[in-house]
Amino acid sequence: MTATNLVVPDPVAGPVAGQMGEAADPPLRFALLRNALGVRRTVVGLLLLSPMVVIAVIGPWLAPHDPREFVDVPFSGSAAGHWLGTDVTGRDVLSRMLEGGRMTLLVALAATVIGVALGTFLGLAAALARSWGDGAIMRSLDLLLAFPQYVLVLLVVAMIGASTWLTVVLVAVVWTTPVAKVMRAAALGVAQQDFVRYSRSLGAGRLHVMRDVLGNVTAPLSVEFGLRLTYSIALVAGLSFLGFGPQPPTPDWGVMIAENQGGLRVQALATLAPVACIALLAIGANLVTEGLARAAATGGDA
Amino acid sequence: MASRIMSVTTADQVAVASSRQARLGVIPRMLLGRLVWLVATLWLISVLVFLATQALPGDPARAILGITATPERVEVLRRQLGLDRPLIEQYGSWLGGLVRGDLGESALNGIPVTELISARVANSIWLMLVVSAVSVPLSVALALTAARREGGLLDRSINVVSMALAALPEFVAGIAVVALLATSVFQWFPAVSVLYGSTSVLSTPKVLVLPALTLTVLVVPYLLRLIRASAIEVLESEYIRAATLRGVRGWRLLVRHALPNVAPPMLQAIVLVVVYLVGGVVIVETVFNYPGMGLALVEAVRQRDLPIIQALVLVIAGLYLVLTAAADVLTVILTPKMRTARR
Repeated sequence: MTATNLVVPDPVAGPVAGQMGEAADPPLRFALLRNALGVRRTVVGLLLLSPMVVIAVIGPWLAPHDPREFVDVPFSGSAAGHWLGTDVTGRDVLSRMLEGGRMTLLVALAATVIGVALGTFLGLAAALARSWGDGAIMRSLDLLLAFPQYVLVLLVVAMIGASTWLTVVLVAVVWTTPVAKVMRAAALGVAQQDFVRYSRSLGAGRLHVMRDVLGNVTAPLSVEFGLRLTYSIALVAGLSFLGFGPQPPTPDWGVMIAENQGGLRVQALATLAPVACIALLAIGANLVTEGLARAAATGGDA
Repeated sequence: MASRIMSVTTADQVAVASSRQARLGVIPRMLLGRLVWLVATLWLISVLVFLATQALPGDPARAILGITATPERVEVLRRQLGLDRPLIEQYGSWLGGLVRGDLGESALNGIPVTELISARVANSIWLMLVVSAVSVPLSVALALTAARREGGLLDRSINVVSMALAALPEFVAGIAVVALLATSVFQWFPAVSVLYGSTSVLSTPKVLVLPALTLTVLVVPYLLRLIRASAIEVLESEYIRAATLRGVRGWRLLVRHALPNVAPPMLQAIVLVVVYLVGGVVIVETVFNYPGMGLALVEAVRQRDLPIIQALVLVIAGLYLVLTAAADVLTVILTPKMRTARR
C-alpha cells in the first residue's frame, strides 16, 4: 500500500481516520485491509481468487505434460493420462490450463498498477491545480472516454500490431480517465481540509501537498485498484480471446477458449476449464473489491 | 412515463415554478453549449482517428497490392488514393467525404465502406435495443422489489447474484450461455449465427436471442444496483415517510411516489448501460459470430482494413458521445435542482 507519511499535525482529522472510527487506532495504514477481512464477501472472494493465483504462479511446475505436446487424438474426453481431456489439436487441457493464467495475470497486474498510478497522479494534480489546470486535465481525459475500451485498444492494435507491452500500456491508458475522475473527487474533499491549507501556508511544494493528500485518500485508492484489477483481468483475457494477445501455440486461457469454442459440443471441458478459471479470478477479485469498499464505507462494522 | 415524471408533486414543482423565468434562458443555453462541445469533440476525434491511421507503419498502397507488385504500380495506386498529397489536404478531402456520408472504400475489396457497414451497424443497434427493452424494465422491477425490503431475503440474494455476475468478462458469460442453451446442456438455439456479411438479423431473429441474453445477464446486475441504491435513498426521504403516514403503501407508494424521483438517476444509469453496450458488443458479437459492427471491427482489425476501422471507430465514438450528451441534457431537464446547481 501507499506510504502514509503524514506530515500533518493531527492525522485523526483526516477523512480516512474519520471513516474508520475508533477501530482504526494503532497502525492506520492497515486498518482498511483488516476491516475488509471482517467482511464475509472479502473472505469468499479470497477463497475463489487464491487458487487461481496459485495456479497462475506455480501451475507450470505442476503440469503433467508439456503444454505444446500432442498427447492424444483431438477433443478426446477425460481419461487417466489427461483428466480434462485434450484440446482442438490433441494437447493436454489440464497442462495448458495450469500454464495459461500467468500472462493474463501479469499483464493485468502491470496495467492496473501503471493505470491507477497515472490516474491518481492526474486526479490529485487536477484537484490541487487552479481551475484552468483542473479543466484542462479533465477535459483532455474526457476525450479518451469517448472511445469504448475495446474500441480504443483495437484502433491502436490495428495500427501498431499486437504485443504484450502494447496491451499493458493500452489497458493502463484506458483506466487512467476513470481513476483520475474518482481520485479527483476524493481529493477535492481533502484539499479543503485545514491541514492542507496549513501545509500550503508553511510553503510546502506541490508534490509535498500531493503526498499529504494521497495519504488521506488511500481508502478510495484501494477500492479503485481492486476494481480496475478486476476489469483488467476481463479486458486482457478478452483481448487474447479476440486473438490480439499471446499467439496460438502459447498456452493462455483466452486463447484456449477461442481455439476450443468450436468443439464445445464434443469436448466441453477444453473450453469450460479456462472459462471457469477466468470467471473465478474475476469474481474473486470483484468480491474482494466489494469487501474493501464496504470496509471503507462502514469502518468494518458490517 | 415522461409525463408522469413531469407531473410529480414534490418540492421540485415549486422549484420549477420559481425558476420558470430562468428556464427559458438556461436550457437553450445549456443545449447550445452541449452541442458546441459535442461537435468539437467529434471533430477532435476525427482528427485523432485520421492521424492514428497515418501513423501506421508501411504503405497502404503496398498493403493492397501485396509484395509482388512493381514499384510503378504502387506509385500509380498511391496517386489514385491521394497518398502523395500533403497530410492536411488528405484530411480535408477525407473529412469532406465524411460529412457527405462517403466513408471511402474497403482496402480489401474496393466495396464502399458505407455499403459494407450500414447493415452491420443496424444489426448492432437492434441488439442494443432488444437488450435495453428487456433489461431496463427487469432491472427496475427487481430493484424496486429489493429496495422495498432492504436487507430482506430477496434483497440479499439479488445482491449476492448481482455481485458475482457484475464481474464476469463478456466472453465468459457468452460461453456459459452457449454451453447452457446451445450445446452442452440444452440445444435450443444456434450456438453461432450463420449469417454472413451484410444480412439483416431481422431475417433470422433467432440469432438475436443468445447475444441479447448474454448482454442482459451482464447489464442487469449493474443497472439493478444503481437503481436500487437511488431507490433506497428516495424511500428514506421525508416525503415518502409523509406519504406512508398518510396511508399510501405497497406498489402504489413505489410506482406513484418513489419512481418519478428515482427517474433522473435511473436515466443516468440506463445511459451508462447503453454506452457500455456500444463497446460491449465487440466481444459478445465475436463469441456468437453475430453480424454487427463489433464483429466487423474485429474482422477489420485482423485484416488491417483501415477505411473500415476508421469508419467504425467514428460511428462507435459518435454514438457514444451523442448518447452521453443526450443523457446529460435529459437529466438536467428532468431535475430542476440541477439546473440551478450547475451554474
